[in-house]
Amino acid sequence: MSKKHMKLTAALAGFSLAFCVSTTVSAMHIMEGYLPPQYCIAWGVLCLPFLVTGFLSIRKKLEENRRNITLLAMAGAFIFVISSLKIPSVTGSCSHMTGTGLGAILFGPSAVSILGIIVLIFQAILLAHGGLTTLGANTFSMAIAGPLLSYGVYRLCKKLSVNRWVSVFLAAFIGDLFTYCVTSVQLALAYPSEAGGVWASVGKFLGVFAPTQLPLAVLEGILTVLIMMALEAYAKPELKMIGFHREVK
Amino acid sequence: MKKGRITVAALVIAALLIALIPLFALRGAEFGGSDDAGSVMVEEITGGYEPWFTPVLETILHGELPGEVESLFFCIQTGIGVGIIAFVMGRFVERKKWMPKE
Repeated sequence: MSKKHMKLTAALAGFSLAFCVSTTVSAMHIMEGYLPPQYCIAWGVLCLPFLVTGFLSIRKKLEENRRNITLLAMAGAFIFVISSLKIPSVTGSCSHMTGTGLGAILFGPSAVSILGIIVLIFQAILLAHGGLTTLGANTFSMAIAGPLLSYGVYRLCKKLSVNRWVSVFLAAFIGDLFTYCVTSVQLALAYPSEAGGVWASVGKFLGVFAPTQLPLAVLEGILTVLIMMALEAYAKPELKMIGFHREVK
Repeated sequence: MKKGRITVAALVIAALLIALIPLFALRGAEFGGSDDAGSVMVEEITGGYEPWFTPVLETILHGELPGEVESLFFCIQTGIGVGIIAFVMGRFVERKKWMPKE
């Protein structure tokens, strides 16, 4: 890491600290004020290196070719749409998907952290959905951990030469589920059960989120495959431009 | 191309079924948000939890955002996303017609 990057990171850390102290963190979607301040700060700080890397990687992609912005906008818009749709699930409660899988497959996990945090800020301010205080924790689960795993799964599938559509599906599906696993762990760390400690709490929160999220994760997988099909049919030049050409025949 | 269309149609139908079946299968269910369910669980574990921060908007409004307005904001979010996707996809689709066939 160069000196300039270090300085940038430090400045951002300071900024986010101040930010976290004055407000609270909201996760995908830990509600506003539901995470003790020290956790808000910790998760927020943990996000920073990813956000900085993401910012730099997006800037690099755009410097390579301005026209990459179309696909980047698509990936961001996909997150916007998908995470605004509240879908009824088998457990009798509603939840929504993350939509981060597409961006992770196209641009890599770090770029998605920026796209994701935009959506989270929008929802935290206008919708009281998630929250500013829980922003760090929510960013970590939805915009960092989920996409990271999505990306990993996609790469692994490619190595094992799994059918490309199956890989896209699995990447989005697992990334979505993992997001909620991380949220459960985040909540559990802050609220360990009296009997059984953190792990008992993880189980409890997973019990709330997982059954609801499972069908939605399947849905997210399907939607991601659909949009990838559309992109491959009509946007081959753009896919080649962002270095996706090896997959596109 | 024909096979591709069938796949797409099948996927769209599957997506619709996943989203709609619970609504009809579980008639009378409340379909509250799972985020709220998470908060309920926090209260259960800690035995009564007071959030230490209220959303900025609620502080300004001195109360919760009305449900209808909340759905408006959600629609705006969807609209922004769909607008961008539709615009870009529309351009791609039109452009393909003018590109030399490979």
